[in-house]
Amino acid sequence: MYGVIGQVSRVLGPVVHARGVKNARMLELVEVGEHRLIGEIMRLSGDNIIIQVYEDTTGVAPGAPVYGSGMPLSVELGPGLIGSIYDGVQRPLEEIRKLTGQFIPRGVQAASLQRDVAWPFSPCVEAGERVSPGQVIGTVPETARILHRILVPPGVSGTVRSVVKEGTYPVESVVCVVRTPAGDEKLTLIQRWPVRRARPIASRMHSTIPLITGQRVIDTLFPIPKGGTVAVPGGFGTGKTMVEHQVAKWSDADVVVYIGCGERGNEMTDVLNDFPKLVDPRTNRPLMERTVLIANTSNMPVAAREASIYTGITIAEYYRDQGYHVAVMADSTSRWAEALRELSGRMEEMPAEEGFPAYLATRLAEFYERAGLVETLSGETGSVTIVGAVSPPGGDFSEPVTQHTKRFIRAFWALDRDLANARHYPAISWLDSYSEYTEDLSGWWKQNGDPEWGDLRNEILELLQREARLQQVVKLVGADVLPDSQRLILEVCTLFKNTFLQQSAFDRIDMYATVQKQVKMLRIIVTFYRLGMKAIQEGATLIKLRRLKVIPDIARMKFRISNDEIEKLDAIQERLEREMRRLGEIYASF
Amino acid sequence: MPVSEQRLLDSREYQGIQQVLGPLIMVENIHNVGYNELVEIRCPDGSERLGMVIEANEGAAVVQVFEGTSGLSLPDTAVCFRGAPLRLSVSREMLGRVFDGLGRPIDGGPVPIAEDRWDVNGQPVNPTARQYPTRFIQTGISAIDGMNTLVRGQKLPVFSGSGLPHNKVTAQIVRQAKIVGEDVSFAIVFAAMGVKHDVARYFIRNFEETGVLENVVLFLSLADAPSVVRLITPRTALTMAEYLAFRENMHVLVILTDMTNYCEALREVSTVRGEIPSRKSYPGYLYSDLASLYERAGLVADSTGSITQVPILTMPNDDISHPVPDLTGYITEGQIVLERELFQRGIYPPIAGLPSLSRLMKDGIGPGMTRDDHAHIASQLFAAYARVKDVRALASVIGEEELTPLDHHYLKFGEAFERDFLSQRDDEDRSIEQTLDLGWKVVSILPREELHRVSEEEISKFYGK
Repeated sequence: MYGVIGQVSRVLGPVVHARGVKNARMLELVEVGEHRLIGEIMRLSGDNIIIQVYEDTTGVAPGAPVYGSGMPLSVELGPGLIGSIYDGVQRPLEEIRKLTGQFIPRGVQAASLQRDVAWPFSPCVEAGERVSPGQVIGTVPETARILHRILVPPGVSGTVRSVVKEGTYPVESVVCVVRTPAGDEKLTLIQRWPVRRARPIASRMHSTIPLITGQRVIDTLFPIPKGGTVAVPGGFGTGKTMVEHQVAKWSDADVVVYIGCGERGNEMTDVLNDFPKLVDPRTNRPLMERTVLIANTSNMPVAAREASIYTGITIAEYYRDQGYHVAVMADSTSRWAEALRELSGRMEEMPAEEGFPAYLATRLAEFYERAGLVETLSGETGSVTIVGAVSPPGGDFSEPVTQHTKRFIRAFWALDRDLANARHYPAISWLDSYSEYTEDLSGWWKQNGDPEWGDLRNEILELLQREARLQQVVKLVGADVLPDSQRLILEVCTLFKNTFLQQSAFDRIDMYATVQKQVKMLRIIVTFYRLGMKAIQEGATLIKLRRLKVIPDIARMKFRISNDEIEKLDAIQERLEREMRRLGEIYASF
Repeated sequence: MPVSEQRLLDSREYQGIQQVLGPLIMVENIHNVGYNELVEIRCPDGSERLGMVIEANEGAAVVQVFEGTSGLSLPDTAVCFRGAPLRLSVSREMLGRVFDGLGRPIDGGPVPIAEDRWDVNGQPVNPTARQYPTRFIQTGISAIDGMNTLVRGQKLPVFSGSGLPHNKVTAQIVRQAKIVGEDVSFAIVFAAMGVKHDVARYFIRNFEETGVLENVVLFLSLADAPSVVRLITPRTALTMAEYLAFRENMHVLVILTDMTNYCEALREVSTVRGEIPSRKSYPGYLYSDLASLYERAGLVADSTGSITQVPILTMPNDDISHPVPDLTGYITEGQIVLERELFQRGIYPPIAGLPSLSRLMKDGIGPGMTRDDHAHIASQLFAAYARVKDVRALASVIGEEELTPLDHHYLKFGEAFERDFLSQRDDEDRSIEQTLDLGWKVVSILPREELHRVSEEEISKFYGK
């Protein structure tokens, strides 16, 4: 299917010009030169084309042939995706390692889904049945927790002519033949889909179910729904990757697609080491059994980095279409934007802000709009949630990528340099972050967490705001001059920051907090404030409150009380109320 | 690494060039010239220079000349395209020798016999073939070992400013670095880009004095060398390092100094080519370009060697948000930041407490590696020192007398932390136990209740001891 369509006329790093081209299509997949480096057509003009090449172009000379494929850059979708690690254009890195060892040379090719593995397939349609796009024709148990549903590809509908019996089949064997008006369509376990086009859905839905991440600052203060979009901006060293890792590990998504886009090689190695060992608290299965990794590290070709985001989101949409809740971690979208800038510069396009192309905002919008809770073509419910890291230069949020991203996301977890410097992790700032989804989700939290959730949350957020203002006063005159009622606010906020907002990613007990643990901890701290304020108004002093016997237990509850002994938190709550009551009685007697 | 299957065309030679533009030359009427190809340029005076194709067009090419273009004339210059990218001859014999940025000996000795020839641009390591670095390197410097632990295979840059003792700190790291309980010494690959002769001499003398010179390979392109050669120097050095680490299975420590000069050379070439500038006129691909250097570190499966990188860069105007330190920090696994204020107060090493960071620390410390309390005491030191900064700011407004007794404790702690924990002599090699004990000693100035980040057991074991 690959015929010569033209000759290279100019080589400028990853951007290659070719001339004498006939029959080329925009965004068509091509191969360049004798190494058959893969690339994509980015511009057509007369018989000249511009190609972005996904590999190092060293040695490519003018006159080299360009081969056309007649199809756009696509990914292979089918069983075997889960647990795999791919580069930005879906080449399987494990397989490549078997072929070429430690390094990735140019022009190496391997099938994205292994051809020689046979999968147990059970059909669920019969001959003569009418099928339409998105309908399930059979299932494959891909991992112990993911039942892979084989779907009729978009655009195919008709009557089942034949279907294979239950048994094991390699991915390329035909399992079902559908008679369509355009002729017979042979369906295998694999389908292909162009990465730059969103997969079709029946309709979008309003999401009111939170994506529970087990991270207290996220779930309680800045929650996101299944199908939501959130950006995580932060300068270097503020812990973006740690936040992404924590969400990838502990969120209650069915499938996680982790895109390491232009980041460190060792971070991907960390994921590869960690995920098979870590066990999901909900299913007791290794996390790797729900994870797909896309690794296009910073030293891998820049054009493939640009494609990696699309490869990842397309795989996510495919699992969504099977009725799963999928979370996409994109680390980092800034590196993707920079790849866009680099390619745009080499194509000599007119730059907009800071050298980024004018279409940066459009591309970001297209990407984030592929998230959402949807009704799939077959009537199931599935979702794609996007958690996109942003790496603003110099930690300055006014730069174009952060600013444009903010227009297309609805939750913002801003990472703060000062918090990170004090090793307060996750360094999510409670003053700069927001979530527009809180209203939508409070119903769920009231029902499944605490009926008073909204009030508790608002109360603590307001205290944090007041504390920030008080701190300005403290910076000028010291804390001593404040009345006890205001110092109580400082005290409560310090307690809240140390025991609730800070969460260790390495402590066995603290790394993941269930909904129940979160709401109970929140209630304890708010109760401390409410009753403490009452006691102070009745004449108690802050010193007395600090010396309550229950305080050290509150301070250490996150490390001491594991998720399956929640009743101990109730005991702390009762003790707090009791000790406060006793304190009140002492002062009432005056 | 397999020898690149680069087609080996016969060299093609052309007389005359069409244009000279700063460090670039344009050659026309040529055929079949590939991107990134090595070019030999014969000058009118008979001397030879090397260059690289940075843009290949039909019948024309743009060549970047490493040794500069002074003295070239249009009709009398000959160019010869070599049909392959620049390759470095590598062998174990190169240890103990001094080379220029392109890998040619400049110590008067013979050209070493090559075991192999490796493409200086390297190839990306397959992420699945990487091994996660976890072996603690003891540098004997408390600020690093205790709070910003270096591990084998890490890339940990030193962010400095002009006039700060980054060379002294780096030399101390080189002298003292060892793996506790292992009798393996590091081979050192040292690349100098645009630094002064004094700096190179300082390092060479240091290597001599410690008797490691026969384990060092030096690649020097100093301040008086043409700027473009700085672009290739780190690549030849890292190719050497990869050979020693992944072929000869040695543990290699790579020192790259000064990365700011490298980036400036990159900007120079980019500007001459008329590329669209990004921040501070650095090219938009600065991040990718730096990554292609810094990512050439680490451990890979199937070889027992490793590459640990310590790049040095000076932050223009001490500004950590300048593109060079900023993008570096986004790629490397942490940073050691030197602080002018500490330096002015006579504290050596002036390693800034808060902005310094080692990302790989968590996996290199703790039970079985350093000591069980390491992570907690380090975190406690960071938290307490952050508070010290707040208290000092407050004290400068309201005066020290007005501070609460607790704040006074913090001031005392801050003073002790800087004088006793951070400070040490440049020949003082502290063991990790000494460092951690010192940490506990200074933390014990604070009241017990203030220590939130350490466990009660640790407090009873170490507090005030």
